[in-house]
Amino acid sequence: MANAWLAGTLVAIVSGAVGLFVVVRNGAFAAHAIPNGAFAGAAGATLVGTSPLLGLVAFSLAAALGIAAFGRRRNDVVTALALVTMLAAGAAFLAASGAYEPAIDALLFGEVLGVSRGEVLALAWLVVGFGVVLALVFRPMLYASVTEEVAAARGVAVRALDVVFLVLVAVTAGLAVPVVGALLTFALTVGPPAAARMLVARPGRALALATALSLTCVWAAIASAYLSGWPIGFFVGAYAAAEYVTARAASSWRERRARP
Amino acid sequence: MIHWLVEPGFWSNPVVGTALVLGVVVAAVSAAVGVVVVVRGQSFAGHALTDVAMAGGAGASLVGASPLVGFLLAGVVGGGSIEAAGAERIRDRDVGTGVVLGAAAGLTALFLYFVSSSTSATGSTQSVLFGSVFTVPPSVIPLGVAVAAATLGVLFIIRRPLLLSSLSPELAAARGVRPRAMSLLFVLVLAASVALSALVIGAILSTALLVGPAFAALRVARSLLGATLGAIAAAIAAVELGILLSYDSFYWSAAHRSVPVSACVVGVVLCEVAASVAWSRLRRGRGR
Repeated sequence: MANAWLAGTLVAIVSGAVGLFVVVRNGAFAAHAIPNGAFAGAAGATLVGTSPLLGLVAFSLAAALGIAAFGRRRNDVVTALALVTMLAAGAAFLAASGAYEPAIDALLFGEVLGVSRGEVLALAWLVVGFGVVLALVFRPMLYASVTEEVAAARGVAVRALDVVFLVLVAVTAGLAVPVVGALLTFALTVGPPAAARMLVARPGRALALATALSLTCVWAAIASAYLSGWPIGFFVGAYAAAEYVTARAASSWRERRARP
Repeated sequence: MIHWLVEPGFWSNPVVGTALVLGVVVAAVSAAVGVVVVVRGQSFAGHALTDVAMAGGAGASLVGASPLVGFLLAGVVGGGSIEAAGAERIRDRDVGTGVVLGAAAGLTALFLYFVSSSTSATGSTQSVLFGSVFTVPPSVIPLGVAVAAATLGVLFIIRRPLLLSSLSPELAAARGVRPRAMSLLFVLVLAASVALSALVIGAILSTALLVGPAFAALRVARSLLGATLGAIAAAIAAVELGILLSYDSFYWSAAHRSVPVSACVVGVVLCEVAASVAWSRLRRGRGR
């Protein structure tokens, strides 16, 4: 149980931060496709007998770099094709290895109560590295995300930042998939940050609020799952959606009140 | 020669027969709807609706209703929510689709948990997620074909105002078309088509056949009619060739483990996309 809280907390911190860029850059489809690529990687790793975490990170990086390489102009189509390729590869790996079904459930929907101490330590190291990278690229990435042309004209390496962004999404996917599952890693990366962005305009505050909302979502989901015995994925999805809907209602109420 | 290409029993197998018939119908509808999806840049919604429809399928198996009804209901409700989320500002479309998708994935997890704890049936997750043309009962054919025909009919009727409002909403509004109504109508058509294909061929192939053939055809064809017909032909070819490859692969390996249909069809679709990109590059290079 302590491991579950720790792992969930680490995942929430990272997802909140990455998610803010996902929302600002309209990258929700990539953020959905990459964790699914990670799922194929874990299935492949079980087939060849290496660590699933290695497979997760390798495949989500491959998905991210593929989208970055081919997806300059038709981002949504390339992302969709990358996604189906990964899922089909995952299905083929599972058919070849004959892995049984609970393993798929765990990868797709998460198994937070089954996290080991070693996995928590690995997560912690990845979070530290992640924080360093984010601190380095936060300002230029924000600039490139909000006004791409202006940033490019002022000499910001927009293409390189695009790759850095997708790699960050990929690393988050590798971290979060074993904990909350492929389908709900995504809910956590979009719901809380989108809610934060509706409520506050300044990037620093939005980052803080996104992290806070994401932590609230994960903690509440772990507690609810523990008390009810229902799958954690349901609570993550439901609370993330509830945060977004509430924030949207609050922001439209505020807009209406501002207008006389 | 033909025996070398097609392993014995391919044509006489009733399961393969149902798969071939439904595969053709679903591939044609997906490809036709997909051309508009690619033009409008709505691949994300097209994919998200498969997951939303799956929540309905899981819910239907919980209450014992027909899975097709569950898929269709959830698809229509999800399509309406996606449209409502992105209605005020186009900027919100991406995030709104994402939130609907996340919530639907959560519901799927919950329903599957209830299904597996109440009936101890195994294999439900896999069939709901990955689908398989080889597991579709023939009883789905009549309703499935009816839904497919209705989808194609509505698409055919609204094709002109729909394309005009996709390419230039201002021009469409000036000519009396209501872009909001058009995009709601199109999302409902998309939801019906995706729900049907997600049930029959699974979520993976639903997205692959929606986006891949349409994208390939749009790169090669010179008109939208040509692109639509080309996409339909490419999608049908991918499904039939994929089923054939998957069936044959059972005889290739010593272990007699066949490659899943989804992997075979996606492989064919990727080849089509690569060929169309190479073709359009070659043509552009020669034109210079």
